[in-house]
Amino acid sequence: MRAGFVLSEVWSGLRKNFSMVLSVVLVTFVSLLFVGAAILLQMQVGQMKDYWYDRVQVSVFLCPQDSEATNCVDGEANDTQKKNIEDELKSSELAPYVDKVYFEDKGEAFDHFQEQFKGTSLEGTVPEDEMNESFRVKLKDAEKYDIIKESFSSTPGVEEVVDQNQLLDRLFGVLNIATVVAVAIAGIMLVCAMLLIATTIRLSAFSRRRETGIMRLVGASNSFIQLPFLLEGVIAAAIGASLSAGTLGLLVHFGISGWLQSQATGFSLISGLDVLLVAPILIAIGVIMAGASSLITLNKYTKV
Amino acid sequence: MKTLLIKFDSVSKSYDARSRKALDDITFEADRGEFVFLVGASGSGKSTVIRLILREEVPSSGRIHIAGKSVVKMPSWKVPYLRRGIGTVFQDFRLLPNKTVFANVAFALQVIGKSRAAMSTLVPDVLETVGLAGKEKRYPNELSGGEQQRVAIARAVVNKPGILLADEPTGNLDPTTSADIMSVLEKINRNGTTVLMATHDGEIVNRMRKRVIELSDGHIVRDVEQGTYGVAS
Repeated sequence: MRAGFVLSEVWSGLRKNFSMVLSVVLVTFVSLLFVGAAILLQMQVGQMKDYWYDRVQVSVFLCPQDSEATNCVDGEANDTQKKNIEDELKSSELAPYVDKVYFEDKGEAFDHFQEQFKGTSLEGTVPEDEMNESFRVKLKDAEKYDIIKESFSSTPGVEEVVDQNQLLDRLFGVLNIATVVAVAIAGIMLVCAMLLIATTIRLSAFSRRRETGIMRLVGASNSFIQLPFLLEGVIAAAIGASLSAGTLGLLVHFGISGWLQSQATGFSLISGLDVLLVAPILIAIGVIMAGASSLITLNKYTKV
Repeated sequence: MKTLLIKFDSVSKSYDARSRKALDDITFEADRGEFVFLVGASGSGKSTVIRLILREEVPSSGRIHIAGKSVVKMPSWKVPYLRRGIGTVFQDFRLLPNKTVFANVAFALQVIGKSRAAMSTLVPDVLETVGLAGKEKRYPNELSGGEQQRVAIARAVVNKPGILLADEPTGNLDPTTSADIMSVLEKINRNGTTVLMATHDGEIVNRMRKRVIELSDGHIVRDVEQGTYGVAS
């Protein structure tokens, strides 16, 4: 009986204030779209980190012939130098950071080069003999790259230490800035949404003050009087949140899984499944936000 | 010792510190089944007494007990339960225009969680009592003023409250219709409900010869059984 009554009140409230409810739905939709985008961006960053940090290595390039680097005055790295470098990588100082060390000789380097630039004008431009030999180092913690770099900065026979993560870090930097921007916009929009919900509830309470006045008079409990208004705000916000989750799902499915994946093979990208994880978070944020702003407003305007 | 239904003990109320007190040291009691007229000029404090009983206001000082319970110390979550034991009618009826007579009366039960079964027995009963049987499906705008006030009375007493507060219930009605409303209130009073009625209508007070409490500038100046509206009459 009571549930039926509350629901019919909610329905009539939603209908009477249709334009206000619609604006709550839309503002919630846009704000949570940005919240969702921020979360997905961070998921993407995390996924890429997992994927790349697992594979990417620090390369310790050895001196080739005729290098002008300061550590290469003795010409091409000789066997003693190579032995020293390898020993240092395996020394007790560096061993805790190093997971695996792998030596890439000229032949392999040449094969990788040919493969990497296959079909481009660079293919075949560098002869096998001019390739750098290198130690490929896989770190236990990919972020500890500086330690390797420091250790070999003045070692004879080392031309350069390159961290392939640096390239990725730049990409992550861009993604992180995008996240911050999305969060900032989402924050402003969420404030808008809360204010709008408060206004809507106030309007709704005002248009039904006759009913609520009688309810109070005949002894309806406060929570019973407030529940329809609260649900009104929460339902509008939940609709907005569901719309934003749906939109993110479509964007990811067609935009990222569909288009971007075909353009950028070799990258691990977020999928529609990740959106399924984000959807409940968005709906929870929407519901909590609407509930909180409704309650604050209601306690001000429908007191016993 | 039996508990009195309404008990005001040295109650004062001022709405803000600088203006004079709306009620100044009021003490009175009303027992079960009594019919009490509250008379006095506008601004004498009649409405404040009603608001205090409903706990829409709390007194600045003094004690108020309704059915043995202190209204002043009552936590706000208990206030709705206090109000379920008090029916209230006003000069302006306060009906819901988009609901039928039946729905208006049932509304009072609906919002305190009464079952549909309870409604289907209680509502026709009370409509019978106030003389509106057969008009269940009408809307307020299809009724006369007197009939609308009967609906409001029905709504006030459908939950069988111990107290019925009436704030100028005949203020918008002509003398004949007012007399009809008074007979409805008397009938409800005879069934055991304490009626406290604030009014300006001297004719009604003089004809009914019930207890009269007269307020003037927030003081009780007269409290007599079988009283009249003015001292002179």
